[in-house]
Amino acid sequence: MNRKLKTLLLPALAAAVMLATLAGAPVPGVHASPAATNLTGAGATFPYPLYSKWFDMYHQATGIEINYQSIGSGGGIQQLKNGTVDFGASDAPLTDAKLKEMPRRVFHYPTVAGAVVLAYNLPSLKEPLHLTSDVVAGIYMGKITTWNDKRIAAVNPGIELPAAPILPVHRSDGSGTSYIFTTYLSAVNGPWKEMVGANTSVSWPAGIGGKGNEGVSGLVRQTQGAIGYVELAYAKQNHLPVAHVRNRSGQFIEPTLASTTAAAEGASPLLAKDVRTPIVNSPAAAAYPICGLTYILIYQDQKDPGKGHALAGFLRWAMQEGQEVAATLDYARLPQAVVKVNEGNLGKITVAGKPLLADR
Amino acid sequence: MRAVRITADGVYRAALGGAAALVFAVVALIVYETGRGAGLSIRTFGLGFLTSTAWDPVTEKFGALPYIYGTLVSSALALLIAVPLGIGTAVYLAEIAHRRWGAIVSFVIELLAAIPSIVYGVWGFFVLAPWLRNGLEPWMIQNFGFLPFFRGAPFGIGMLNAGIVLAIMVVPTIVSISREVLLATPRSLREAALALGATRAEAIGVAVDAARPGILGAVILALGRALGETMAVTMVIGNTNRISLSLLDPGATMSSIIANEFTEATSPLYVSALIEIALVLFAVTIVVNGLARLLVLWATGGRRAVAAAA
Repeated sequence: MNRKLKTLLLPALAAAVMLATLAGAPVPGVHASPAATNLTGAGATFPYPLYSKWFDMYHQATGIEINYQSIGSGGGIQQLKNGTVDFGASDAPLTDAKLKEMPRRVFHYPTVAGAVVLAYNLPSLKEPLHLTSDVVAGIYMGKITTWNDKRIAAVNPGIELPAAPILPVHRSDGSGTSYIFTTYLSAVNGPWKEMVGANTSVSWPAGIGGKGNEGVSGLVRQTQGAIGYVELAYAKQNHLPVAHVRNRSGQFIEPTLASTTAAAEGASPLLAKDVRTPIVNSPAAAAYPICGLTYILIYQDQKDPGKGHALAGFLRWAMQEGQEVAATLDYARLPQAVVKVNEGNLGKITVAGKPLLADR
Repeated sequence: MRAVRITADGVYRAALGGAAALVFAVVALIVYETGRGAGLSIRTFGLGFLTSTAWDPVTEKFGALPYIYGTLVSSALALLIAVPLGIGTAVYLAEIAHRRWGAIVSFVIELLAAIPSIVYGVWGFFVLAPWLRNGLEPWMIQNFGFLPFFRGAPFGIGMLNAGIVLAIMVVPTIVSISREVLLATPRSLREAALALGATRAEAIGVAVDAARPGILGAVILALGRALGETMAVTMVIGNTNRISLSLLDPGATMSSIIANEFTEATSPLYVSALIEIALVLFAVTIVVNGLARLLVLWATGGRRAVAAAA
């Protein structure tokens, strides 16, 4: 009896000891220092190059260290919800339903704007391709299948378009880039909104998927007749030919940092009411139509005063010095109107119900 | 009553038993956690999840069929290429090649197994894809286009590319294990066959027959790797949730959809559906492995001695 029990118990005990070792003892003393010198965040990958530069500059300027894991927007939101990070970051703003699921009220702070551009592989074309929302939607729904289709020819007068088939390329991984692109198509095209909709990944009616910006641009570069959407920064750094897209006021606009900022500018009255409003298809005359904002998410009511101060200080810095360096990494700065909206919201942050920043 | 003494034997036994129990506990924990995570999706879609071809994160309609299909077809295609190639190589290395030459070649083949899968993916994307698009695929369409398997446009990216990349990834497993097993078969078998008047080819056939359980074991290991491979496949398969008979068309696998969409999945049902895909992959792996083991048992008539060597 005794012996039998021992043969059963000992392995179980050994397994338990090993499991405990694997799980690891909790690391003491990371949290709850009164004057916070470090913050943690997690989320979107799109703004990561800029954020890591910001955090580095901010650390040198103030000594406050910010650790950021670019694990994707989904993971960032989840970690914010669980309270394991001080801030989250997401390319797609939270919907009303998702905001309700969060334990406390969450504020969105747009940090920079990004544009999604259409890169193509048509070696015979010498001038930039012109596209309209209907043509882009038609191509990605599989309704426009050859380059010399008369709907494309109509907006590219005097340009010889090849009779080659079109290969639309989309992102296979869920991404903020896809979110901006499908938000645009849903805003401008009724059938797209009904059949496909907008999200970080959707059920694509046509085309093939490449992983990441590099996967999409690789397929576009390799395949004659291909068209794919990538981030503006990526297209600029790799010198891809990009299409000019017709905006709401009828102009064909080249995607640039300036035309991206213009899109946010045009949407600023709506952003003042709700910073989550999409900035696609902006009414501004100089705006490129396929643009979006990327957000940092924090709780309105901060539990730890030290961390609350550090967060608010950083966000204020990001709206001032931070905006100055955005262009060096090919991110479009926010227009002054949106900076004002953010600064107004910073004043609403509280610690245990009391306002954090005295009005200044 | 004997005094309770912890003997060296007892400690040894407990340590080993504990290690084995730990493996079991980890697997059980994985199944439990995956099942828990998939709960919402299982309650929402029921068995329809396995037969639905919809995957629409916007309206939150999810089904796994295109991914189950993609996983099974890409793995089958990989084995179709890798098994003859791998076993042929192993027989040559063990039976025909000069000992030293065989050792050098098998060392090089084992190096292939150490290459990270992302490198295979990059190779498949930048080297194999253009070659398929401009060479093999147009040729296939022209000569075999009457078959449903070779219809469509030559993208270079798709099921065929994924199958070839997977085949190259699993060949080292098949070659190195099969070679070891063949080398472990007794020399006397071949000598006896030769003494009975068999030709050299027939004598090799006798050795291969004796090594059959081990070789099948190697194929099962290769299949396991092909079923679960993620990164390389994601880069070259084209990632569309359509079921197409044509090997030239893009597809997707269960592991590729998880790798693609998990990071940006924000709604609970969406995440849950992805976790259920993982659960289905787990189940498919168990079923396929079980069938393969039955096949081994059937093929060997219960012989296990050499299989254990694998």
